This record gives sequence, structure tokens and C-alpha cells, in this order.
Amino acid sequence: MDYGLQAWMLMSASLVLLMTTPGLALFYGGMSRSKSVLNMMMMSFSALGVIGVVYVLWGWSMSYGTEDVALLFNNPFETFGLDGISGAGYMGVAFQLTFAVITAALISGAIADRVKFSAWMVFLPIWVTLSYFPLAHMVWGGGFLSGAENGLADLIFSGDGGAEVAPIDYAGGTVVHINAGIAGLVLAILIGKRLGFGKEPMKPHNLTLTMIGAGLLWFGWFGFNVGSWVPGDMSAEENAQYWIDETSLVWLNTTVATCAAVLGWLLVEKIRDGKATSLGAASGIVAGLVAITPACGALSPVGAIILGAVAGALCALAVGLKHRFGYDDSLDVVGVHLVGGLVGTIGIGFLATSGGLFYGDGLKQLVVQVVVALFAMIWSAVATLIVGLLIKAVMGWRVSEEDEVEGIDFAEHGESAYDLTPGTGARRTQSVLAGSTTAEPKPTAPASEGANA
Amino acid sequence: MKLVTAVIKPHKWEDVREALETFGVTGMTVSEVSGYGRQKGHTEVYRGAEYDIALVPKIRIEIVVDDADVEDVVGIVVKTAQTGRIGDGKVWVTPVETVIRVRTGDKDEAAL
Repeated sequence: MDYGLQAWMLMSASLVLLMTTPGLALFYGGMSRSKSVLNMMMMSFSALGVIGVVYVLWGWSMSYGTEDVALLFNNPFETFGLDGISGAGYMGVAFQLTFAVITAALISGAIADRVKFSAWMVFLPIWVTLSYFPLAHMVWGGGFLSGAENGLADLIFSGDGGAEVAPIDYAGGTVVHINAGIAGLVLAILIGKRLGFGKEPMKPHNLTLTMIGAGLLWFGWFGFNVGSWVPGDMSAEENAQYWIDETSLVWLNTTVATCAAVLGWLLVEKIRDGKATSLGAASGIVAGLVAITPACGALSPVGAIILGAVAGALCALAVGLKHRFGYDDSLDVVGVHLVGGLVGTIGIGFLATSGGLFYGDGLKQLVVQVVVALFAMIWSAVATLIVGLLIKAVMGWRVSEEDEVEGIDFAEHGESAYDLTPGTGARRTQSVLAGSTTAEPKPTAPASEGANA
Repeated sequence: MKLVTAVIKPHKWEDVREALETFGVTGMTVSEVSGYGRQKGHTEVYRGAEYDIALVPKIRIEIVVDDADVEDVVGIVVKTAQTGRIGDGKVWVTPVETVIRVRTGDKDEAAL
């Protein structure tokens, strides 16, 4: 691999890491209530901790390798602990690791304010093993949802030694967003609503955090999309030119689709609610980025604008569905990631400059995209349901009603995010580190509780 | 002595303070409070979901004054805090038994 390309891949992996911590943590944290912002942010930070380790142990091996099992996943023991990987091979692991982390972290928005931290920590490794790693293998590792022989696309339109029309998912419309969106939907229904959902106001507690988070997500997304280039089967010089051409297009498409999505979301708000909101702008950013993710290498910049505008408008309408159907997808993982992921994945069938219906290339690409999206949804739903029911039966998902009402930050982490009234009843008690063997440290109520008492 | 308590619109607070200072009021206690009266709250929309926000932010001013000044002080507050629109707030007066200045131990009128 070329030096410049290697440097860009390191940068890209780092940028994707920035998306989860702190980008997504801030985006979600600001939208949650002030009594649960720390728990919300911890769900992202802990996803990084758990999945970073799991990915090195068996995540990479389950996703990529030479020992395919039924086109669904790779042998988790082939390169367990990265046995047999070395040197530049670590680069691919690093980049893909960050994708697994953010996909799992995305789910947390659907189940905000009410889930035991221990249940989340158990959920993370099992879910990526059953849902994320297999889907990554199927789509990017030459598995069932790629253009491989006997893959889903090949079964529909058989070609010469593989599918006639290969599915397109550049950076994770199915693997990341549809997957996380469905998982969020299944868990939100399984775990149930927050106490007082639909009755008490549950408005965002700090939209400046959310806007900072959305901005960081956008910036990090350049690593996510522009780093997802895969070298072709050609000479080094040709590949270098291919890389320059492709990354230029992908960067621009990622940006303009997102710009258009902001406009689309705000327009819907202006017409429907009378005012364009900052939360709408932040949400539109994410909706646009989600939609362009699978499509960023397949569309023209004008096509990207159309896709982004449609995604922004549709997601703005879709976030209301939870109130109609009565499930508490707290921070709209379904409305933004599932709907945005579907718009992007299926939109390719219309807008791809090569293979798209609007470019006179018929329906085949569209059919393949729809079928692949459906398969990913079913796989993710079943996998999530298995993990979700398992945890519900063995340890239970929810904190007690009292803890939920009082605030999950103090109940689960022993902290409160904001000390806005210092000096009101908070006293320092015996420090655990002071080494006293006689005095047990007393549980300290957070300062804000003292103020309310 | 009387305790004058006024709950007013936050953007009127500077005007009220200035007018009271001009009149000769030397101190007061001010807090940011929230509440609602007949106007109720307002609505906010987040991702299409409409919330009734019952509590509206207000400023509460508390001043202990000499009996002779009560009418004037109340008059000044009402006059300067008034916009004529709903939600302007309220002023009420309660009797105060005794006042002590912590620094000197001065009592009642001498402590004001």
C-alpha cells in the first residue's frame, strides 16, 4: 500500500472513532434528560471499551478471512486474537473495529434512560457476534449479501461466476444503519416505554451538546465514507488514480447530501410545525449522512443532493411514527437510522449512475437493493430478539421504577452530571482512598438532591 | 416593616432595579424562579412532538421596607414591570416582625 494511502487510512480510522466518542455520545447525551445524560454517554463509551476488545479477539476473524461458513460468517477462530495478521494488515482491523463500535453505540438511543448498565454490557458482545459480524461478512467479506456466487443477488440474477448485478453498500447502509435501526426497534419494543412516556415532557436537556455532537459526527463521517475505498485488481499506479478519483467524489457526495438533508428536514418542520428547529438541523445532518453512506460512491453530486433532500424530509416525518404506534424509541434510532439507511440503500437502485433506474439501466439494481435490505432487516431482527430475550430472562433489562424516576445517572453510576448549586448540602465523606479500615464510606447524595430536599 | 415580594418578567428586571435604586432602595434579594399564572405555559416542539411547558421563567424580588415606603415601592415595581400583556406577574406585601443586620446586630428600622 502507498504511504499516502496508509496515512489516510490511519486518519480515517481515527475519524470514525471520533464519531462515537465523543460525537455520538454528545449527540445523544444532549437529547436525553439531565438526570440520565451520563448514562447515555456511558453507553457509547462502554461500546468502545467492550467492542474494541471483542473485535481483536474474534470480531475481525468472524467478518473477514478465508474460512467462510455457509456465506453467513467466517470462522471466528481462523485469526482469533489476530493470529496470522501482521504489519499493514492491522490497518484494516483498526478501521473496521471503529465501525463495529459505532454501530452498537447507535442502538443505545432507542433505549435511553431505563436500562441497567450491566445488561447493556452483556448485550454488546453478544449482539455484535450474532448480528454485526455476520452482516459485515455477508456484505463486505464476500458473503451472502455480496455479489458472490450463490449469494442472494446471484440467486436472483445469476451471472458468470457471481451475481449479474452486485449489491451496493459502500460504507454501511445495511451493515451499520439498517442493522442498528432494527436492533433499536426490537429492543425499544421488548424493553418497553420509559415511565411517563407520552404524558410527561421528555424534551432534550441540552441542545448545544447535540449540535456539537452532530458537527463532530459529520466531520468523523469523512473517515467513515471516504476511508471506505477498496483497491481494485489493477496496477499500483492505476489504483492510485482510482483512489484520487473515487475519494474526491465520495467526499463531495457525503457533504452535499448532508447539506440537502438539513434543508429537507427544516422545510418539513417549517411547513408542519411553523418553525425550523436546531434539533431539526442536527437531526437532518445525521439523516443525510446515514442515507449517503451506502450510496456515496455510486451517485453523481446532483444525485447525492436529491437523495439527501429525500432522506431529510422522510426522516423528519418518520420520527413521529413512534407516537402513532406507541413504542418508545427514545432518541429516534428507527426514524433516523433505519429510515435513512433504507432511503440510501434503496435510493441507489434509482440514482446510481451505473445501474440506476433513473439512468435508464432498468430495475435489476433496484430489486437487488430492496431484497438485500429486507434480508438485513430480518437477520438483525432475529439476532437482536434472541439476545434481547436472553438478557430479559437471565438478568432483566430495566432499572427499578424508583431509580428510573430519580435518575439513572445516580442509580447506576453514583454520579450527577451537573452541579449547578454548589455548596448546598454536599459534604465530603470519608475517602475510599484514605485507607481507613474502620470508617465505611457513607453513600453521598448528589448536591442537587440536597438542594431539593 | 413589610416584605414586598414581586414576581416579574425577566426582561423587566433591570428597569425595576434601576427605578428602585433611584427611589432609594439600597438592597434586595433576587432569585430566578419558574411558575405559572393564568397565562399557563407555552408549547415547544421537538422532532414533531409538542410539549406543554407549564413553567415559565420569572424573576422574584424580595425587599424589606419601612411601612412608610411600602406604597411607593409597590407602585414603582408595578409601574416599571408592566407591559400590559398577560404574564406580567404579581406583587404582594406581607408584615415582617423583626429584622437584624448580621454584621452589627442592629435591629428593625436601623437594619434596613
